[in-house]
Amino acid sequence: MRLALHAEWTKIRTVAGPLWLLLGTVAATVAFGAVATSVVTDPGDPTKVALVGADVGQAPVAVLAVLLIGGEYGSGTVRTTLTAVPRRAVVLTAKAVTLSGLVAVAGTAAVLGSLVAGRFNLPDPASLADGPTLRASAGTVLYLVLIALLGLGVATAVRDSATGIGIVLALLYIVPIVSQTIGDPHWQHLLQHIAPMTAGLAVQSTTDPPMNPWAGLAVTAGWAAAALLTGGLLLHARDA
Amino acid sequence: MTPLQSLRAEWTKFRTVRGWMVGTVAAALMIVLFALLTGASSDQKGAPPVPVGPGGEPVTDSFYFVHRPLAGNGSVSVSVSALDSRVPEGPGVVPWAKAGLIIKQSTRQGSPYAAVMVTGGHGVRMQDGFVHDTAGPRGPVRRLRLDRAGDTVTGYASADGSTWTKVGTARVRGLGATAQIGLFVASPPVVDGGGTAGSVSTAVFEDLRGHGTGDWTGEQVGAESPSFAGYPDNTSGSYTGTDARLTVTGAGDIAPAVGDSLPTGGHLRDILTGTFAALIAVIVVGALFVTAEYRHRMIRLTLAASPGRGRMLVAKAVVLWVVTFAAGLAGTAVAAPLGERLARDHGVYMFPVSSSTELRVALGTAALLATASVLALAVGAILRNSAAAVTAVIAAIVLPYALIAVPFMPAGVSKGVATVTPGAAFAVQQTLVPYDQVASNYTPYYGYYPLAPWAGLAVLAGYAVVSLVLAAVLLNRRDA
Repeated sequence: MRLALHAEWTKIRTVAGPLWLLLGTVAATVAFGAVATSVVTDPGDPTKVALVGADVGQAPVAVLAVLLIGGEYGSGTVRTTLTAVPRRAVVLTAKAVTLSGLVAVAGTAAVLGSLVAGRFNLPDPASLADGPTLRASAGTVLYLVLIALLGLGVATAVRDSATGIGIVLALLYIVPIVSQTIGDPHWQHLLQHIAPMTAGLAVQSTTDPPMNPWAGLAVTAGWAAAALLTGGLLLHARDA
Repeated sequence: MTPLQSLRAEWTKFRTVRGWMVGTVAAALMIVLFALLTGASSDQKGAPPVPVGPGGEPVTDSFYFVHRPLAGNGSVSVSVSALDSRVPEGPGVVPWAKAGLIIKQSTRQGSPYAAVMVTGGHGVRMQDGFVHDTAGPRGPVRRLRLDRAGDTVTGYASADGSTWTKVGTARVRGLGATAQIGLFVASPPVVDGGGTAGSVSTAVFEDLRGHGTGDWTGEQVGAESPSFAGYPDNTSGSYTGTDARLTVTGAGDIAPAVGDSLPTGGHLRDILTGTFAALIAVIVVGALFVTAEYRHRMIRLTLAASPGRGRMLVAKAVVLWVVTFAAGLAGTAVAAPLGERLARDHGVYMFPVSSSTELRVALGTAALLATASVLALAVGAILRNSAAAVTAVIAAIVLPYALIAVPFMPAGVSKGVATVTPGAAFAVQQTLVPYDQVASNYTPYYGYYPLAPWAGLAVLAGYAVVSLVLAAVLLNRRDA
C-alpha cells in the first residue's frame, strides 16, 4: 500500500495538469467569492456569500479527479499501473487517498482565501472563531474532497475522461439550475435534498440552513461512496 | 474521396460507436424527461384566473376605480392637481404611476377600456387595449377630457381648460351600450435591485364635470389577481371628497403582464429546461467525435484515406450538426407540447406562444444543441484532448447559463453575459416581449434577452465557425 501511494504521488507530482487544476480551484473559489462579496448589497449570511466561489471551484476539482484515472485509460498507462500493482482495490484506494490529501490542502487554501477576501469586502464579516463559520469552512473543504471522490468513482466506472467530466458536471449543476423551474416546493426540496451539490453545500449556511448541514454532507458522501463502489467493482470485474 | 464519400465515412463512424449514439439519444430523452418533471411538479390548482386582454395576452388589470354608469355617448373632464407616490420599501419614484379618466365596459378584469392620464414621470398618455400607449403633449397640463362616440374614444389634454389638444383616439370594441366612466389611480411596483417593490399613489382631482348618472362608486378592480401583488403593508385603496375635490388612492396597473408581474406564469423555456442537461451530453459527444480518433490513432487512417484535412473536418461538422439537430428537434417536438399540457393540467397559466414562435423555439433549441456540439468538435480538434475540450466548452456555455440563472445578478452583468458569450444562444428560447410602458426587470433571468432570438444563436455560431477555421488551419499545419 505504501508503495502504491508513493507511485500515485509520483505520478500526480510529475505532470503539470494536477498542479494547475488545484491552483485553478483556489483561484476560482477566491475570485468568485471576492466578486460575490463585493457586489452583494445585503449579505444576510456573510459566511455563505464569502464561500460561494466553491460553486465554481468544485469544477476543476472534479476535472482533476476524473483525469486521475481517465487520463490513464486515455494513454494506456493504466495497464502499466495494474501490472505494477495487480490488486485493483489497492490502486483505487491509493488514488483516492492521494487525491483527497491534495484536494484537502487546496480546498483549505481556497476557503481561507475566500474568508480573507470576505473580510475585506463585507461590512460585517464572519470569523473562524464562530462555531457555524468554522463548520461552514471545514464543511466546504470536506465537500470538495467528496466531489473529488465522486469524480474518481465515476471516471473509474466509465473509463473515459470526457464522458466522466460530462457526467460529473451534469450531476453537480443540473439540479441547482433545473430546480428553479420546478413549481411545487415539495418537489423542489426533494430534488435539492438528494442532489450532491445542493445537499452538500447546505453546510455553508450559518444562519438558516435549508437542511441539517451534516446530513447534507452525508448525502454527498453517499454519492461519492456509491460512485467509488461502482467504479471499484467494475475495475475489479473488467479487463483494463 | 469525394465529399459525399467523406460524409458517408463520418456518418458510418458516428452511428457505429455505441457511446455516441447513446449520448445523442440521451440528450433528446433529457429534454423530454425534464419537460415531464417540470410539467408534473407544478401545482397551481385553485389559483385565481389570470386576466387576459382582447388579444388573448395576460394582463394586469388592477387599479382603484371611482365610477358611475354612462349610457351611450358622453364626455367627462377633470383637473389632476396632484399625484404623489410612495414606495414603503425602496426608492421613492414611480414613473408609471397613473391618475386620470377611464371608460371601461365593466369592472371585470380584462374588459375593454380606454383611458387618458397623467403619469409620475412620462407626462400625459392615452392608453387602450392594455398594449397601446400614446404620448400626449409636453408641457404643463391642467385638465384631461375623455369623449365617447360609439366605439370611438378620444382623449384630450389642456393647459388652460379652454384650448384642448387631442392626445389620441382609440377604437374600443365591446364597450357596450352602458359603460362605466370615471376616475382611476394605478401605481405599479417599482424595479428594486433584481426584484420589485410595491408602491401606492394618491391623486387629487378637482372640478370633475361631465355626463353619467347616479352616485360615484369607489372600488378596487382585480384585488385578487395573480398579476397583482397587492397593496404594500398598511395601505389600501380609497376615495374621499366631492366632485369639486376628490382624493383617490390606488395601487396596481392597467398594462400587459410581464415576467415579474406574473410570477406564477409558466414559460416555454421552463418546459425546455432539460436543454441544459442535453447540452452537456452533446458537447461530450461532439468533442469525442474527433478526439477519439487521436486517442486511438485512427486519425492517421482517416487522413490516409482522405488527405484533404479541411474536408474531413467539414464532413465531421456536417454529420454531427445534422444528427444532433435531428435528435434535438425530436426531443423538443415531443417535450414542448407534453410539458405544456401537463403544466396546464396542473393549473399553471402558460404565457401564450404563437405557433410560429413555438416552431422557432423548437428549431432554435435543436440548432443550439447542434451548434454547441460542433463548437465542441472544433475545440476538440484544436486541443486534441477530450477532457480539456469538454471542460472548456462546458465552461463557455454552461457557466453563462448558470450566471444568468442567478436572480440577484446585476442587470448589466447578466445582459453582458447574454450578449458576448456563447450563452447568448439561449435567446432562441425567449418568448416574452418587453413593453416601453411597463417598468420591469427585463433581464435574462426573467426571460428577456438583450439579443433577438436568431442573433443570439448567431453569436454561438460565430464561435463555432471561428473555432472550426482555427481547427482547420492547425490540422493542416500539424502532423496528426
